[in-house]
Amino acid sequence: MAFLELQNLHRDFGTVKALDGIEIQLGEGEFLSLLGPSGCGKTTALRLVAGFDRPNEGRIVVDGKDVTNVAPNKRDMGMVFQAYSLFPNMTARQNVEYGLRIRGRDKADRRKRVAELLELVGLGHAGDRYPHQLSGGMQQRVALARALAIEPRVLLLDEPLSALDAKVRVQLREEIRRIQLELGITTLYVTHDQEEALSVSDHVAVMYGGRIEQMGSPAEMYSSPATPFVAEFIGTMNRFEGTIVDGGVDHGGKMLRIEAANGRPKGQRVLVLVRPETVGVARANGAAPTGNTLVGDVVTQTFLGPVTRLKILGDGVDVIADVPTQIALGLPVGTRVSAALPADGVRLLELKEDIPEISEEP
Amino acid sequence: MKPRRFIAPSALFWLLLAGAYFLIPLVATFLFSLKSNQTGKCCTAANYSWVIHNHGFWESLKISALLALETIVISLALFVPTIYWVHLKVPRLRPVIAFLALIPFVIPPIVMVVGLLRFFKGTPDWFYAKPWGFLAGAYVILAFPYMFFSLDAGFRSIDVHTLTEASQSLGAKWTTTLFKVILPNIRSAALAASFLTLAIVMGEFTIANLSAFNTFPIFIQYVNESQGFPAGALTLLSFGITWAAMLSLLLVGRKRGARSAVIAGGR
Repeated sequence: MAFLELQNLHRDFGTVKALDGIEIQLGEGEFLSLLGPSGCGKTTALRLVAGFDRPNEGRIVVDGKDVTNVAPNKRDMGMVFQAYSLFPNMTARQNVEYGLRIRGRDKADRRKRVAELLELVGLGHAGDRYPHQLSGGMQQRVALARALAIEPRVLLLDEPLSALDAKVRVQLREEIRRIQLELGITTLYVTHDQEEALSVSDHVAVMYGGRIEQMGSPAEMYSSPATPFVAEFIGTMNRFEGTIVDGGVDHGGKMLRIEAANGRPKGQRVLVLVRPETVGVARANGAAPTGNTLVGDVVTQTFLGPVTRLKILGDGVDVIADVPTQIALGLPVGTRVSAALPADGVRLLELKEDIPEISEEP
Repeated sequence: MKPRRFIAPSALFWLLLAGAYFLIPLVATFLFSLKSNQTGKCCTAANYSWVIHNHGFWESLKISALLALETIVISLALFVPTIYWVHLKVPRLRPVIAFLALIPFVIPPIVMVVGLLRFFKGTPDWFYAKPWGFLAGAYVILAFPYMFFSLDAGFRSIDVHTLTEASQSLGAKWTTTLFKVILPNIRSAALAASFLTLAIVMGEFTIANLSAFNTFPIFIQYVNESQGFPAGALTLLSFGITWAAMLSLLLVGRKRGARSAVIAGGR
């Protein structure tokens, strides 16, 4: 049975529909990431769960109880905020202790719990420091300990890592996951960083325009995006618009042999999605391109560590391909190459409407 | 190498000039206050003794000090939750309140006191005839701009929303949040507001005079008119008292070992 349920949540701000019928069911101890671009409604959803805002319609149920109209201070939800939210007048220890004091826990009990939690987040030594004496990463660790101190029924994380630098971000997200698994706490995590969402979650829900586009395990979301938006948002994707013809897809006069095209009605407009790591690149040998091979020139090379991303331009088709860096060294900018799209690793989505542009996060 | 600090001669000149501007009247008043009220000759502490043994001095000082305290307490109780609420819930109202706060600056005290006296005429004696009622009410209005602009600056220096929500999610009621989280972080602003209010109330003459209450400034005026050299002694004493009151407020307001609240990190 679901532990946390968001049932048909609607939230309007004037004429803007921030949430347009959100449905989520999350089992106890599970970790769900709400992923999406700015303005997709993910933070609104989290704030509704926290109780800082009320839905226009729909219910929030925790452990079988409707909490939709319960005040935030009575919900037992621990929350970590995007902005640094530690109380500046209190030390790290006093911050963590705050929720326990409010609950009237006795001093010895409080001391013990605070020490445990600071130890859990790796800050046992920094209890007496004030927030301004802690780094950003340390502050968010204390904020996490503070949220966990009250033994919340649900842990809510609102882009807690977005103000931190890249290295600390990776380190801390792994730590959040470790602690979440250790405590078995049901967690709702809001982020616009797909890598973050995919790496720590049991489930990922991609949101757009106040709706959930798709929800599934990180692997499902990556390998089987259900909508063009999800395909675009999660990972990097080559996309070609085309029309179904016999044995494949016609893309601007170029015939692509794609297995997934079999069984689709002829003339259907589709979006062909190909992950860059599945594109095979080789130096063009002068032969005429066959089947799924496109010929073009390497126009840019982007070094990504173990792989290098090549942008190939030719025949009016842009292709992005990730090739091992060793191989990419032999294919400098300007080289004429052939890019082979795999026949079976390609995903097709029916094209019903224009695909939304994804806005850049600040 | 660390650059050596040095003060430019021109800066030194202006510094000395400003110091002289401030100190010369004090020194002159001090010398004046040492002259005998009977013979006009230096030097005697009799004037100070006269002031200290004067019943009116202590009585009016007590009234003004208590009035200042009352005004500060009422103003803080009124404005801190109001400004907190405005920042949290209706930030659009901020400019409106800022405008209202300017009104006591713009309206001359003489106009205000006449208006207030007429408006409150006929109210019960415990209010109208006592400084703790009518006068304190007028002083709260007078202190409004100082309170508002100091506190508003304090509230703007903290992230009211996030701190409140963090506190709420940990189970706190809004009153707990206000006293445990918000107030300690706007303490310096509240202190500044209190200093200004104290200074205004200790020196306010027009309203007290027209509504016929014997506050400290009224006593100073009386001595100025009726006595010569003791007036100098009284002036210096009142100066010292105001400074001492501010210092004690600072000491009371500053918790032991508390640090200035700094919001770390840039956003």
